Amino acid sequence: MSVKSTRPRSSVSGQSPQSDPPPQAREGNRNSSDLAARRSSAARRRRLNIYALRVAFAVLWIGSWELTTSLNWVDPFFFGHPSGIVVRLWTWITDGTALGPLWLQVAVTMQETVLGFLVGSVLGAAFGILLGRVALLAEILSPFIKGANSIPRVVLGGLFAIMFGLGLSGKVATATVLVFFVVFFNAFQGVREVDRNLIANARILGADNRRMTAEIIIPSSLSWILASLHISFGLAIVGAVVGELFGATAGVGQLIYNAQHTFDINGVFAGMLLLAVMALVAEGILTAIENRLIKWRPRQLSGEIPI
Amino acid sequence: MAGAAIELRNVTKRFATPKGGIFTALRDLTMEVAPGEFCAVVGPTGCGKSTTLALISGLEPPSVGEVRVEGRAVRGIPDGIGYVFQTDAVFPWKTVLENVAAGPRYHGTPGREARDRAREWITRVGLAGFEDRYPHQLSGGMRKRVGLAQSLITGPKILLMDEPFSALDVQTRTLMEDELLALWASTSASVVFVTHDLEEAIALADRVFVLTAGPGTVKGNYAVDLPRPRKVAEIRFQPRFTEIYEAIWSQLRDEVLVSYERQKHAAAV
Ligand SMILES: Nc1ncnc2c1ncn2[C@@H]1O[C@H](COP(=O)(O)OP(=O)(O)OP(=O)(O)O)[C@@H](O)[C@H]1O
Ligand SMILES: [Mg+2]
Repeated sequence: MSVKSTRPRSSVSGQSPQSDPPPQAREGNRNSSDLAARRSSAARRRRLNIYALRVAFAVLWIGSWELTTSLNWVDPFFFGHPSGIVVRLWTWITDGTALGPLWLQVAVTMQETVLGFLVGSVLGAAFGILLGRVALLAEILSPFIKGANSIPRVVLGGLFAIMFGLGLSGKVATATVLVFFVVFFNAFQGVREVDRNLIANARILGADNRRMTAEIIIPSSLSWILASLHISFGLAIVGAVVGELFGATAGVGQLIYNAQHTFDINGVFAGMLLLAVMALVAEGILTAIENRLIKWRPRQLSGEIPI
Repeated sequence: MAGAAIELRNVTKRFATPKGGIFTALRDLTMEVAPGEFCAVVGPTGCGKSTTLALISGLEPPSVGEVRVEGRAVRGIPDGIGYVFQTDAVFPWKTVLENVAAGPRYHGTPGREARDRAREWITRVGLAGFEDRYPHQLSGGMRKRVGLAQSLITGPKILLMDEPFSALDVQTRTLMEDELLALWASTSASVVFVTHDLEEAIALADRVFVLTAGPGTVKGNYAVDLPRPRKVAEIRFQPRFTEIYEAIWSQLRDEVLVSYERQKHAAAV
């Protein structure tokens, strides 16, 4: 079976060399609190620097965009204005859009995305784990899955628009299909990568099949599955928006479609901005969930870039 | 002997190599462990010691020959087996407490009782206070001790140990060895203890098997007639200990040399 998977952010059995001091050693070490304070203040300073640089980058980027378009070095008809985008967003917020109030458009797209994401990732993880566990099934279904995976899935948006009409289900279906394959391949690979030693140990300790799956296979492949969820949410948005482009009565995708047809370039950018904000918020939520779920994993080595 | 706890009869084990060839790890190996006997297995690295344990545990089937545990041919994992693995095999997503409680829980002990028993065992292996740590927050030696508690808590009748103390410092190691002997004396477990360290083998065991350089087969087995109960730190100074050591070492040395020469040769080619 083809391996289309994203490596988890840190290896499953990776034992990091760093380890906390034993509980007793913490008291009795007079310098340790001092040291910890110094370390955390250094970390805070570094974080502030990063934020400052990010702001500087944004100012530079948006500033030069604004400048070049208002001086007409670049045609604002094609490239829009940052200030125009803000104004467009503001009128959407205060006066509503052509399709109705703005929050409704965001809510519709969000609903399609989240539903597609949930259905796709649950199905993907379930099938991935099932096929990872049952080699025979994997062998039988392998050519079908490869075949289905090779279909350009954006085309399915059109198919689903015909099958399901203009409502919610077509968009959810498109998002689901996009999410499904990514999570499926990662879950499948995750099951294949479970440490043989751990399986042997669990068998010796008397784990039956159900316990093996619940306590060994799933926790071990969770790193892989969660790694795929980060990409999947973005794909779910793509699915929802593509679905809307094929025909919808509401949603951010439809908003962008309308703006494009009225040559409202600032409207297109404003819609994209909304989608980016949605993706970033979701990313933050996912990371928080991930850190809670895999608290057994060694922390990232310091110095790694948090992207 | 009819009543052997563990019996390997003319066992050969072959592995398929990644290149599509066949590698023979064990050749025509025959050994017997009596009920309640403490056996040690020594041999040069790569001679098939771990493979022998995998055969007894039922994790690997033999290619030729027969493996019997308590009189029954091994198919799948026999009841009452404990296995301390050579490499880390504790579950990284379970805390120390959950790791040690896993065996009893899998055998149907209610969660609370399993955790209480696990706490006792954690104290016995000297990890009290670390119950809520995850394995990556422990040192290598501490993880080994978690693995030890994890398999001993199930009260195995057949205990397979693959270099369980090799990651420990000498003092802790001696303590753990004495603890193991005391524990074994209070049960009727049959033990197969794999080690690189001949001194450790003699100090602990009733019988020492010497394996040949790979493909492994039994070169000889030596009864260790030192009195029990033993104190590991002291027994090394008995004259009888030295005699036994010299007798076994003269055999083992040849095999170690063969293995060493072979590796040097392989490296040179
Ligand atoms: N799954 C496997 N596939 C192929 N070869 C294997 C496999 N397992 C073990 N071997 C080979 O069989 C031989 C014996 O391995 P084994 O692990 O039993 O050695 P050992 O005596 O335990 O060595 P050590 O003392 O270094 O642990 C080795 O040469 C090893 O390369
Ligand atoms: Mg070994």
